[in-house]
Amino acid sequence: MSVIETNATVAAESLFRRNMAAFMENRLAFGSAIVVVLFVFMAIFAPWIAPNDPYNTNLFFRLQPPVWMDGGEWAYPLGADALGRCILSRIIYGARVSIFIGAAVILVATTVGILAGLAAGYLRGWVDVVISRLVDILLGFPYLIFAIGLMAMMGPGLGNIILALAYKEWVIPCRVVRGETLVTRELEYVEAARALGASSKHIMLREILPNILSPVIVVATIRMAHVIILEASLSFLGLGVQPPTASWGAMVADGRAFILESWWVSTFPGVAILLLVLAINVASQGLRDAFDPRFTE
Amino acid sequence: MKDPILLDVRGLRTVFDTRAGRVCAVDGVDVIVQRGECLGIVGESGSGKSVTFASVMGLVRPPGRVEAGEIIFDGVNLRQLPPRQMQALRGRDIAMTMQDALTALNPTLTIGEQLAEMLAAHADDLPRSRSDRRRVIRARSVDMLTLVGIPSAGDRLGQYPHEFSGGMRQRIMIAIALASKPRLLIADEPTTALDVTIQAQVLELISNLRAEFGMSVVLITHDLGVVAEHCDRVMVMYAGQVVEEGPTERVISDPRHPYTRGLLASVLRPGLRGQPIRPIRGQVPELIDLLPQCRFMDRCPEADEDCRHLIDMRPVGPGRRARCIRTALPTTEKAKA
Repeated sequence: MSVIETNATVAAESLFRRNMAAFMENRLAFGSAIVVVLFVFMAIFAPWIAPNDPYNTNLFFRLQPPVWMDGGEWAYPLGADALGRCILSRIIYGARVSIFIGAAVILVATTVGILAGLAAGYLRGWVDVVISRLVDILLGFPYLIFAIGLMAMMGPGLGNIILALAYKEWVIPCRVVRGETLVTRELEYVEAARALGASSKHIMLREILPNILSPVIVVATIRMAHVIILEASLSFLGLGVQPPTASWGAMVADGRAFILESWWVSTFPGVAILLLVLAINVASQGLRDAFDPRFTE
Repeated sequence: MKDPILLDVRGLRTVFDTRAGRVCAVDGVDVIVQRGECLGIVGESGSGKSVTFASVMGLVRPPGRVEAGEIIFDGVNLRQLPPRQMQALRGRDIAMTMQDALTALNPTLTIGEQLAEMLAAHADDLPRSRSDRRRVIRARSVDMLTLVGIPSAGDRLGQYPHEFSGGMRQRIMIAIALASKPRLLIADEPTTALDVTIQAQVLELISNLRAEFGMSVVLITHDLGVVAEHCDRVMVMYAGQVVEEGPTERVISDPRHPYTRGLLASVLRPGLRGQPIRPIRGQVPELIDLLPQCRFMDRCPEADEDCRHLIDMRPVGPGRRARCIRTALPTTEKAKA
């Protein structure tokens, strides 16, 4: 008895905490994560942060340059657009659209992808054939063209953008989950659960899912940056969120006509897209290195 | 009076269709497990021990399938049971513990959660209200862990498998398997991953619990010493077939099949210091396209042309059967082979 008692009390540090520590040590990734968090705060507290009403047009300030240029003033720090609206305020409000759509699409797509991937990977048979062929077919379409087609069919609107993007986005978590499930289903504890009479549903959701969650989370964060770019692309093309709602993609499009004389109208929202996407990418790669060592080179 | 036979398997045949051909992993196996007895299943890797009982539990997955045979458990033919009822029966009436205790517990769930799920899934006498249920389940979980010898069980329910040693994890697995008080426990190599002292404790534990719950135990192992100490009867398997079966004591003291003798000769025993251990030459044959002859022939020191035909199990004493044409030979003569 004593043998067992002595070596049992080895308290182990939680895996999550260890991974989190590894992530924090990666300065670049941690800094990027902070940038992402700042963007999120900006989106949430937009009404308190924005210096002006983003929808208030004032033709006296039409195409006013940013504050550090001739003719600029502090009332409009990053200048104004063709309708005299404050660009900084519109960027701050635009973060809401980008982040909300990005998060909503990833949430929907990951949920669907997890369920489909688990079913395909665990149940196999015809379920796997149907889901996997569907995934292959969807992967065969160019993403943006597919989304443009769907938006043209369904018409613009927030819900429709989320649907149009999630429609294809789910295949990515689905493939990750299916692959991980194929490996995990053969493990001893899954077999043990089967031997003790667990149902397929229980095995998929309780035994397999918690064990494959970390690659799924990593993929979800990486894909979030993609989705934000796609939303900006749709808005740029006029198929996204409809004016006057501030959206970074639409703002870039608005400034196109004046790009030579009033470059700030398009450039600042473009910089916002660049910053957020870059920060998400770097942070998610740091997460991946810390949480899913298999993918690390 | 209840039927003394709990599990009656007849002519079980489980095949795996592979690219190389059809592998017949279990070929015409009969198993009888009496109520309350401990049956040992012995054989080397690939002899079909585990597959036989995976078949009984309906756990064989494609490309494998049970091709023929009857599996009667407590009067019910399991092969005709619909999948849903079979699933309900697994764990509740027949429980199985897996070979490798170190990986057989889910690393992301606490021990308490894993025990509670088992209790909640199979117990039908739990109170209705949520808090009562939780309290009863918790109390029973503590009871089960204490029963298998986990000290301060209440504090350890919230811990994850990696916080326990190998021996404790094996005990926890047994606790989970026994949580529903099954009538049959299939312990698949319960001690392979453990060191010797802990092996003894785990086996002792299984024996005690068998007596306490009045359940039957099938102990799958390749350790004849374990069988000798804990099993009432033993079945020796080779290449997908039963080659010898009978009361443990008799089989070990007077083995009638050359393979059983080979197994016994390759076991280290105190008192035989200085004598070389004698391994059985060769390997288990590939179970594809077997010739109609004795399967042990190529490795058997006593084989000759007479063995080139299919050999059936034949009685070799009270309650004993063996699959060899030379079972009538006196033991003394066999020893020198």
